[in-house]
Amino acid sequence: MTSLLKIENLHVNVEETPILKGVNLEVKAGEIHALMGENGSGKSTLAYALAGHPKYTITQGTVELDGAKLNDLDPSERARLGLFLAFQYPVTIPGVKVADFLRHAISNIRNPARKEGEGLVPMREFRKELKEQMGSLDMKTEFARRYLNEGFSGGEKKRMEILQLAMLKPKFAILDETDSGLDSDAVRFVSEGLTKLTGPEMGVMIITHHERLLQYNIPQYAHVMMGGRIVETGDASLAEEIHNEGYTALRERHPEAAAEQEQVEAVTQ
Amino acid sequence: MSTAIVAPPETFNEAAFNAFLDQRDDPEWIIELRKKAFAIYNEKLCEPLDPEEWKRVDLRIFQPAKFSLSADKPAGNKLDTQLQGEAEFKGQVTHENGHCTSSQIDASLVEQGVVFGDLSALVHTHRDILEPYFMTKAVTPDRDRFAAWHAAFWTGGTVLYVPKNCSVEPPLHSLIALTQAGAADLSHTLVILEDNASATLLEETLSGDEGSPGLHLGCVELIVGKDANLRYVQLQNWNQKTYHFAHQAGLVESNGFMQWTVSALGAKLAHVHQDVVLNGRGSIGEVNGVTFATDKQKISFYTQQTHNDEQTRSDLLYKEVLRDKARVVWRGMIKVDKKAQLTDGYQRSDALMLSDTARADAIPGLEIEADDVRCTHGATAGQVDQEQVFYAMSRGLSRYEAMHMIVQGFFQTVYDRIPVEAVRKTLNDAVVQKLGIGD
Repeated sequence: MTSLLKIENLHVNVEETPILKGVNLEVKAGEIHALMGENGSGKSTLAYALAGHPKYTITQGTVELDGAKLNDLDPSERARLGLFLAFQYPVTIPGVKVADFLRHAISNIRNPARKEGEGLVPMREFRKELKEQMGSLDMKTEFARRYLNEGFSGGEKKRMEILQLAMLKPKFAILDETDSGLDSDAVRFVSEGLTKLTGPEMGVMIITHHERLLQYNIPQYAHVMMGGRIVETGDASLAEEIHNEGYTALRERHPEAAAEQEQVEAVTQ
Repeated sequence: MSTAIVAPPETFNEAAFNAFLDQRDDPEWIIELRKKAFAIYNEKLCEPLDPEEWKRVDLRIFQPAKFSLSADKPAGNKLDTQLQGEAEFKGQVTHENGHCTSSQIDASLVEQGVVFGDLSALVHTHRDILEPYFMTKAVTPDRDRFAAWHAAFWTGGTVLYVPKNCSVEPPLHSLIALTQAGAADLSHTLVILEDNASATLLEETLSGDEGSPGLHLGCVELIVGKDANLRYVQLQNWNQKTYHFAHQAGLVESNGFMQWTVSALGAKLAHVHQDVVLNGRGSIGEVNGVTFATDKQKISFYTQQTHNDEQTRSDLLYKEVLRDKARVVWRGMIKVDKKAQLTDGYQRSDALMLSDTARADAIPGLEIEADDVRCTHGATAGQVDQEQVFYAMSRGLSRYEAMHMIVQGFFQTVYDRIPVEAVRKTLNDAVVQKLGIGD
């Protein structure tokens, strides 16, 4: 069975403010989708809502992963079902070593019924796998002993997200502006890393408002968000159009959504 | 009780004192010291305690008459120690209910002149070594009623003496246990490192069971000579029915180094007065604190870092985790004497609250008389960062597992300062146990 992430008529509030106003999207394993849009269009809200951030409340609609409804599941349960979010701003957890964190994470993902304190993936096996994945992402092994994201550069943090993606092997990965704030070398590392990981087993949603990441990972579908909805869907050429011409033409084609987006911006700023 | 009280509790009054003296076999010089201290104790009971130190500690729940000195030497119960087996020790002393139940030292250390054993026995044989230091310099009986009480009624304790130029590599172990309901332990830890000596002493306190009330009225004196190097660790892990009061002080001479780690995991009510006194030029005192308070535990620290000479450095890092209705108080002070130029004093306390009902108070302070110094202090207190929890959960960790990992990480930055692996592991194991992981 091909895995399916199905988002239907999704409405999401952030602290009482409606941000998403009916998002519909289906992502199948093996597909790469680009999700584009200006700041405030709702891209990151969609990412956080899918991952289950407590501040993002689903008020209407459903999210299903292979038929399992995610709406009422906590972030850990969603992750164990195979959902992964690469954070735009990865969080620092002082004193927690990358290796320890990842060993706990993969133990839970691979044994979703695992309870705290129960067996972890054997150390030898884990170390071997971590070393291989770090090698293929061109990361120094000393990173495994460092504290999670503490003192990491922007590029190192993003590479750490990709390493986690590689270790957790989710069914669906959402990459929230993984290319933002990086210089071109760092974008290349992250993009090449991602290219190695994608394949028929994984569905990918790349959130970006640049197109650099997409040059390395060519999407079959491109979606444009505006005012909390997907207003257009096309193929890679839509992404290219936005890259070349910006959002002006799109705003003109969707004046209502553009107006709503401005309203939300006025409220949230 | 932070105000004056007139009469001593009946278990520690004159009749009890005389009975205690009769029952013991102390040498004359000790009996004299005890009698003087008992007189001071009676005077101090009439005086209020220093409000600066005690105003945040509610002593009303403490009823000293419920505790008494245990006359009978226990048979030596099997004790569930945390440190035993974690490292190879060159010596081991155990006290139970105030009585020494075992004392061992490696023969190679005896040959080098190292003394390690029970204070009650050593006052007979090693007066020359003990008398200059025993409650004369680091902690004196006239400090307050608790110091005097201890000086009059001390029950035993662990002594470590390391002669000049002698280095004791593997750690030594001291265990203080309470195994009888209502028993009082007034053990005294005295460490003397002569010039250029070095040693590591790991001490732990524990209860025989979860439910027996106990009282520990302790005193720790650490004397670190010139160029000497001491690592001292005290893991306080009483049950939550035990009261813990202690005066603890370390004195460091020129270019000496003292690393002092305290943990507070147990006790119903604990108050520790911890002094680091840097007496000699270039001396260094480093303090690490790991506190994990749960339920209704009340844990209080009053710390002083005193710089008495030039180019001295003190560095205190306390980390506290609180849960349930626990309360932790840390009052810290850096004092710099006029002549102590070019000193570097640092103190920091970070508290992490796992529940809304816990409360942490941190009150750092500076008293600086010299004009060319660097002294910094800081304190933070906050709840677990929910963004960290979300991030960890989004990687498949359950909420508790995420919180527990964040707590362990919070303490990790203190463990990183502790060079003894057995201590790091023991502390982490104890924290994990208290977190209830795997229950």
